[in-house]
Amino acid sequence: MKTENQRAWFLVLPVLLLVAFNALIPMMTVVNYSVQETFGDNLFFWEGLGWYEQILRSERFHAALGRQFLFTGLILVIEVPLGIIIALSMPRQGIWVPVCLVLMALPMLIPWNVVGAMWNIFTLPDIGLLGYFLNHTLGINYDMTQDPLAAWITIVTMDVWHWTSLVVLLAYAGLVSIPDAYYQAAKIDGASNWAVFRFIQLPKMKNVLTIAILLRFMDSFNIYTEPFVLTGGGPGNSTTLLSIDLVKMALGQFDLGPAAAMSLIYFAITLGVSWLFYTLMTRDDLN
Amino acid sequence: MSWMAWTWPTALFFIGIFSAMGVLTVLELRHPGGDERRGALGLVTTRGDRLFMTILGSIYILLAGLGLFGMPLWGPLAVAFAWAIFCFWKV
Repeated sequence: MKTENQRAWFLVLPVLLLVAFNALIPMMTVVNYSVQETFGDNLFFWEGLGWYEQILRSERFHAALGRQFLFTGLILVIEVPLGIIIALSMPRQGIWVPVCLVLMALPMLIPWNVVGAMWNIFTLPDIGLLGYFLNHTLGINYDMTQDPLAAWITIVTMDVWHWTSLVVLLAYAGLVSIPDAYYQAAKIDGASNWAVFRFIQLPKMKNVLTIAILLRFMDSFNIYTEPFVLTGGGPGNSTTLLSIDLVKMALGQFDLGPAAAMSLIYFAITLGVSWLFYTLMTRDDLN
Repeated sequence: MSWMAWTWPTALFFIGIFSAMGVLTVLELRHPGGDERRGALGLVTTRGDRLFMTILGSIYILLAGLGLFGMPLWGPLAVAFAWAIFCFWKV
C-alpha cells in the first residue's frame, strides 16, 4: 500500500496558531479564572468549584437560562417554517431570481448593533414610525420600554426580520439542487403538493436545514448585541438573556470568577445541544 | 504565565486532555481508520468521538452533581468514570 504524503497539513499551521491565540488560550484562561477569586492587580485566590455551585443554584442564572431557551425556541419555531415557506414560493428561474436573492440577503448585510439601533428608533412609542403608528393611529397600547410582552414581541420580530433570510437562502439552495426528474416522476404519479413537499423537497433539504437550524440555534443562543442595543435587557430584567447577564456580571460587577464559571456552563450547554442535535440529524446518513 | 492565572489543578486538567489527544494521535498513527464502529446507542463513532462524548458527558455529570447535591463530588466522579468506560467499551 502506498503511503500518502501528509505534509500538506503543515499549511494549516498558521490557522492553528491564530485559533490558539484567539480561542484556545483565552478559553484556558477562563477555566483558570473560574476556580479563583480576584480583586484585580493580577492577584488570585483559590476558590475551587465554589463559583460553579453558586451559579448552578442561583435564581438569577436559572431565570436568564429560561429566558434564553424561550427566545431561542421562539426563534426556531418561527424562522424555520417561515424560511421554508418563503423559499418554496420564490421563483426558480427568470429575472426575479436575482431580485429575490438580493432582497433576501439585505438584512443579513446590516451589522448587529445597527439592526438594534434601527429597531429601537423604529419602535419607540413617541417618535418611532411603528411605535407612533400603533399607539396614536391604531390606539394599541404598545411600549417596548415599559411592557415586557411588547419588549419580547419586538426582539423576536427583530431577529425574525434579521435572520429568516439565512434559512430562506439555505433552503432555496437545497430546493434548486433537486433535479427536474423527481418532479416529473411525482407529476406522473399524480402526487399532491403536500406529497411532493413531504417526500421530495423536505428530504432533499434535510442537510441544508440541519445546518440552518444549527446556525440559528448557536447564533440566537449566543445573541448579545441586538437585544442589548434594543432593550438593554429591560424593562427590568425581562429581556436579559444569558450573554447580557454574563457581561453584566463580568464587566459591570467585575465578578470575574463567577462570570468565568457561568461562561463555561453556558459553553457546555451550547456545545451539548449542538452536538446532540447534529448527531441525531446525521445518524441515519452514515452507513 | 501569570497573566493566564494558572493553578496546578487547572494545569493538570489541561495536561490530561492534551495527553488524551496525544494518545489518540499515536493510536491513529499505529492503527489508522479511527476504529470506526456502530455501538450500543446506534451511533457510528471513532475513538475521537468517544473521547469527546466522555469529556462532555463527564462535565454534564459533574455539573449536575454539583448543582443538585453540592460538594463533595466523589459520587458524580464515580458515575463519570462509569460513563467513560461505557463510552469506550460499548458506544
